[in-house]
Amino acid sequence: MASIKWLAVLPCLGILVGTAFVNTVEPLIFGMPFVLAWNVGWVVVGALIMAVIYANDPANAKSDEGPRR
Amino acid sequence: MNSALVIIFLVAAFSLVLGLVARRGRPMTLEQWTVGGRGFGGIIVFLLTAGEIYTTFTFLGGSGYAYGKGAAAYYILAYGSIAYILSYWLLPPIWRYAKQESLVSQSHFFARKYDSPMLGVIVAVGGVIALVPYLVLQFKGLGIIVSVASYGSISPTIAIWIGAAIVAIYVMVSGVRGSAWNAAVKDFMILAVVIFLGVYFPLHYYGGYSEMFRAIDAAKPGFLAFKPKGESVLWFQSTVLLTALGFYMWPHSFGAAFTAKDERAFRRNAIILPLYQLILLFVFFCGFAAILKVPGLTGPEIDLSLLRLSIDTFDPWFVGVIGAAGVLTALVPGSMILISAATLVANDIFRALRPQTSETTVTWTARALVPVVALVAVYFTLQGGQTIVNLLLIGYAFVTQLFPGLVCSLMRNNPATKYGVGAGVLVGLAAVVAMTLTGITLKSLMPFLPVEMGDINVGLVALVLNAIVTIVVSLATRPAAAPAPMRSA
Repeated sequence: MASIKWLAVLPCLGILVGTAFVNTVEPLIFGMPFVLAWNVGWVVVGALIMAVIYANDPANAKSDEGPRR
Repeated sequence: MNSALVIIFLVAAFSLVLGLVARRGRPMTLEQWTVGGRGFGGIIVFLLTAGEIYTTFTFLGGSGYAYGKGAAAYYILAYGSIAYILSYWLLPPIWRYAKQESLVSQSHFFARKYDSPMLGVIVAVGGVIALVPYLVLQFKGLGIIVSVASYGSISPTIAIWIGAAIVAIYVMVSGVRGSAWNAAVKDFMILAVVIFLGVYFPLHYYGGYSEMFRAIDAAKPGFLAFKPKGESVLWFQSTVLLTALGFYMWPHSFGAAFTAKDERAFRRNAIILPLYQLILLFVFFCGFAAILKVPGLTGPEIDLSLLRLSIDTFDPWFVGVIGAAGVLTALVPGSMILISAATLVANDIFRALRPQTSETTVTWTARALVPVVALVAVYFTLQGGQTIVNLLLIGYAFVTQLFPGLVCSLMRNNPATKYGVGAGVLVGLAAVVAMTLTGITLKSLMPFLPVEMGDINVGLVALVLNAIVTIVVSLATRPAAAPAPMRSA
C-alpha cells in the first residue's frame, strides 16, 4: 500500500502540469479538442488508479474498521 | 400557461410532496434534521454527494461557460477528479472524528479540534459568506429556467421568487431527508436529459463531434484551447487547484460526509464519482453546439444558451422536460445549501455565542432562519450581473480559506494554533472581499511580476496569504513548553 498510493499523484500532475504542454485543438481525439481529451483521459485514468489503490488498501479489507495508518 | 410551464410546475409540486412524505414518522431533533441520523447507506450517500455536484451550476453554468468562454469550461471537469482523489484520504479521518465526538457541523469540528468556540464561530461565518453566492446561483438558474420556458410570459424576477419559495417551504418541512429523495429523482432526470441533448445537438446540427469542433475552430480560432491571456493555462491551473482544495470545505459537503454509515463509502466514492464527472462532457457539448446556432449572447446571458437552443429545436412539452430537470438541479442543492446556512447561523453562531440556549430553541431558530436566508439570497440574485460560474468561483475563493486549518488539524502533531488558523482565515476572507470588490489582481499589487501572473485566480492568492499568516501567527503563539500531542487524528 505504502508505495502504490503514490500513484494518485500522477493524475494530479497530468491535469495541473501536463495541461500546459498540450494546449492545442488538433489532433481531435474521439472528436474532442486535444486539450479537452487530455483532461478526460486523466479523469478516467485517475479513477482506475484509485480502484487499484482501493483494492490494495488494507483499511478496506476488514469488515469492520480498518487499521489506522 | 404553455405545456412547458405545466410540466415544470408538476415536477416542482412532485418534489414538494416527496419532501413531505420523507418526513413522516420521524422525530425531528437537530441531528436528525441535518445529518439524517447518520443512517444512510452507500447508495443514498452516493446520490446525496452526486446530487450536490450536479447543480444548476453544471447544467446552465457549465454549458454557458463553454458557450461564452470556450476552453475555460474544461476546468469544471478537471477539478472534481482531483478533489475525489484527495477525498480518499481526507474524508475518512474527518468522519471518524465527527462520529467519535458526535459532531453535526463543520464549525463544531474546528471548534473541537482547536478547543476554541470562537474559531468555530469564525469558520461558521466564513461558511455562511461562501454559501450566499452558491445559493444565489441556484436561484438565478431557477429564474432563467422558468422565465425562458414560459417563452417570456413570466419575468425572471417573479420566477426567482417562485423558486425561492418552493425551496424554502420544503426545507422547512422535511430537512435533509427531503433532499435525499429528491436527489434520486433529480439524478435520474438530469442524466437522461443531459446525455440526450449532448448527443442530439451535435449530431443534429453538425453531423458529428469532429465536424462541430472543426466548425467552431474555423469560426473562432483559438476558442477551444486556453488563451494566451485572461482565461489562460495559468488561470486553469490556479482555478483547478483552488476549487479542488475547496471541494469538501463547503459546510454542506462537510455535513453530507457525516451522513455516511461507514468510512469505506468514501473510498468507494473516490473511484466511482470521477467517472460520474464525465457526463459534464455532454453539458459542454450542448454549450458548444449553441455557439454557432444561437450566437450573440454576452455577459451573464451566456447562461441562457442551452435553453435558447432547446427552444429553437424542440416542441414546448420537451422544453418543459428539460426545464423540469433543470429546476430539480437547482432545488435539490438549493435546499442543502439553505439547510446548511440556516443551521450554521442557529447552531454555530447563535448558540456558540449563547451556550445556554436549549436544543429545541436552536432547532426552531434554524427553521425560522430558512426564509430569512432565502430572502437574502433573493436580494442578491435580483442584483444580477455575474455569470453562474463566476458566482461559484467567488464562493470557492471564500470557502477554500478553511483548507489550511483543516489539514493542519488532521495531522498527528498539529503545527497550527487556534490563533494562527483564526487569523489566517480572517485574512484570507478579507483578501477575497477586497480583491473581488476592487478588481485588484496579484499583478496590480506587484507590478514587477510577469504580465501572465495577473491571470492567477484571486482565491488562490488569498489562500497563499492565509497560509503565510497561519504559519507566522502559529509560530508566534505556540506554547513555550513542548506542544501537547493531538489525540486521535
